[in-house]
Amino acid sequence: MISQRQRHVARNRALLLSAAFGAIVLGTAAQAEETLKIGALGVMSGPFAGWGGVMCQTFKSRAGMWNDDGGIAIGDKTYKIEVVCVDDKGDPKGAQTGAEKLVSEGVKYIQGPNTDSTAESAKTVMEANGTINMPYAFSKSLYKAPASQSILGMVASYQVGPVIYKWLMENKGVKKIAFVSENNADPIKQRDEGSVGAKALGLEVVSDQETYESGTTDFFPILTKVIGTSPDHIVLSGVSPSDVGPLIKAARELGFTGTMSTETGQDPKAIYEVAGDASNGFIAAGGASTDSIRSDFMVKFIERYTKDWGEWNDVAGLYVYGPEIMIQTLQSVGPKALDDTEAFKAALDGFVGKNPFLKDGGELKYVGRTDYGQPRQVSVPIVVQQVENGEYKPLFVGKLPD
Amino acid sequence: MTQVMLNALVVGTTYALIALGITIIFSIMKVVNFAHGQLYMIGGFVVYYFNVVFGLPFWFGLVMSFVIVGLLGVAMELFLFRPVMLRVKREEVTMLLAMGTAVFLESLALIVFGEKQRGVPPIATGVVDLFGARLPTGRIVVIVVAAMLIAALMAFIGYTKTGRALRAMAQDREATALQGVNLKWLSAMGFGLGTGLAGLSGGLLVAIFAVHTGAGTAISIKAFLMIMIGGAGVLSGAILGGFVLGFLESVGYALLPGSLTFLIIFLIVICFLIVRPNGIMGKPWG
Repeated sequence: MISQRQRHVARNRALLLSAAFGAIVLGTAAQAEETLKIGALGVMSGPFAGWGGVMCQTFKSRAGMWNDDGGIAIGDKTYKIEVVCVDDKGDPKGAQTGAEKLVSEGVKYIQGPNTDSTAESAKTVMEANGTINMPYAFSKSLYKAPASQSILGMVASYQVGPVIYKWLMENKGVKKIAFVSENNADPIKQRDEGSVGAKALGLEVVSDQETYESGTTDFFPILTKVIGTSPDHIVLSGVSPSDVGPLIKAARELGFTGTMSTETGQDPKAIYEVAGDASNGFIAAGGASTDSIRSDFMVKFIERYTKDWGEWNDVAGLYVYGPEIMIQTLQSVGPKALDDTEAFKAALDGFVGKNPFLKDGGELKYVGRTDYGQPRQVSVPIVVQQVENGEYKPLFVGKLPD
Repeated sequence: MTQVMLNALVVGTTYALIALGITIIFSIMKVVNFAHGQLYMIGGFVVYYFNVVFGLPFWFGLVMSFVIVGLLGVAMELFLFRPVMLRVKREEVTMLLAMGTAVFLESLALIVFGEKQRGVPPIATGVVDLFGARLPTGRIVVIVVAAMLIAALMAFIGYTKTGRALRAMAQDREATALQGVNLKWLSAMGFGLGTGLAGLSGGLLVAIFAVHTGAGTAISIKAFLMIMIGGAGVLSGAILGGFVLGFLESVGYALLPGSLTFLIIFLIVICFLIVRPNGIMGKPWG
């Protein structure tokens, strides 16, 4: 069964390559229908490929669903969506040149980048060219005035972290907390913000200075020290998808029996495959794809994504909010927003769309006034969930402040 | 401290195994194979596919990781490095070729294997308590197998006819050829042995860690660091380099703030290389 799936993935990827090759060979053949080009700029290779790569795949799958339905109607015209993915390799310079490349191709709306450093770097291009982008980075300067072109596509670590810690204090009796992160700017920043939030709640932070190098394979040495401080809970701040499973496994093998969590999007199946039963109870903030809260439409999207890419990745359940609200807003504003993002921005304040991914429905709108002073965040629900045998079970669902 | 020393032993053994492949290729070809980490990564995926996807035993997958990545290495030698080295004598060309191969393999792996991290079911369960330190049984199995593989390789290189020919070629290619040794076959075999070891390391270590397509670059850097410490081109030096780096890493993480550990390690290596540029057991390059 699995090998069949693998063959399917290989076939799909081969088809994708063939399609790309065909496009190059055939050039720009005349097309009867209008095409709307949207960009996806993020880290699509290396240890963080589980973020940017999935973001690109998510947008392509959602665009495929729209295109199969005949395209999206904006004003009097119907558009097929073409997603242009650019890999910034997690490098700020790559993000800047990637953003310039997309802008030069006439792209006005971009999903990504995935980290603070790359989003900050791309910001200069976005602001100068009036391009809207939807980063998955938490730096407040991206979203606060005078910045105006970036819209946070998810829940920030400093928004969800304290919510998780408070829940742990009330439900698991957590008193002592430790933070461990990769020795990189983004995870360290998230660790520092998490530590401040934990202290504000009255938790004793027993360790918040331990970091590991990117590419670490064996986490025993670093976790030996962290666990030696006897925390009740360990936060894996800004942990990359490639490190989360080995970290959980190493902590349990070292005898840690407390709780563990992260604020970044993670795939429970991948974690379970690496850490096995040790991953049960691991807490993460995620999308809206868990069985008990997802809508039939989310199920359809999961099926489409699985068909396109071979297997579901739960992080896609978070990323899919980006394309959805972007297109709904464009449809609401009309054709003028296709070339003029000022019209798009003007609509952010009052836009209210439909959330098709939750069983209970609800609104899809722009929030962030509390944290950023202007509506520059997608109203993704705060879904706090824990891993159970490779699946997520939601612990609670919350709302972002307006 | 017992836990720290056990950590150093495990990390050191795994590093020694990783370093052996890169040093074999360097000794016989004078090529710094920057694609070593990517070959390690492919070895991990080979075991994952045989064990998890096809449902075959882990140990069969491990053998296949050596065979498949070894054959990939033979192909790299025959179709990439040999033609280039016949035409160009400058060493930096082969380094660039190795780097290009690394990027190519990583990009290809991302398309073929996808973005997710992968792991295999544990090869052994349970944890052994040693004087208050914890050592998972899976790690014990991996250390024992790694030690056996290192011993087998040393015996092969030291006591077999092919091993002696490889050593002779590493010392003097022309003199070896004059003894009637087929250098073309031996180069391809030696390159395949080196890459096969990379695959074997990746395949073995996926049992206790995990593998993902972006894992290669960091492994290559560490492997390069190990052979610089131990002495490039010397097998015992690679093993020593692996243990030294493993010890420095484990003790460093225990005694220093995490962010300083590799900073201090690199400083130590720089200072050491100023004093002893050929590494602990190395000889002058070239």
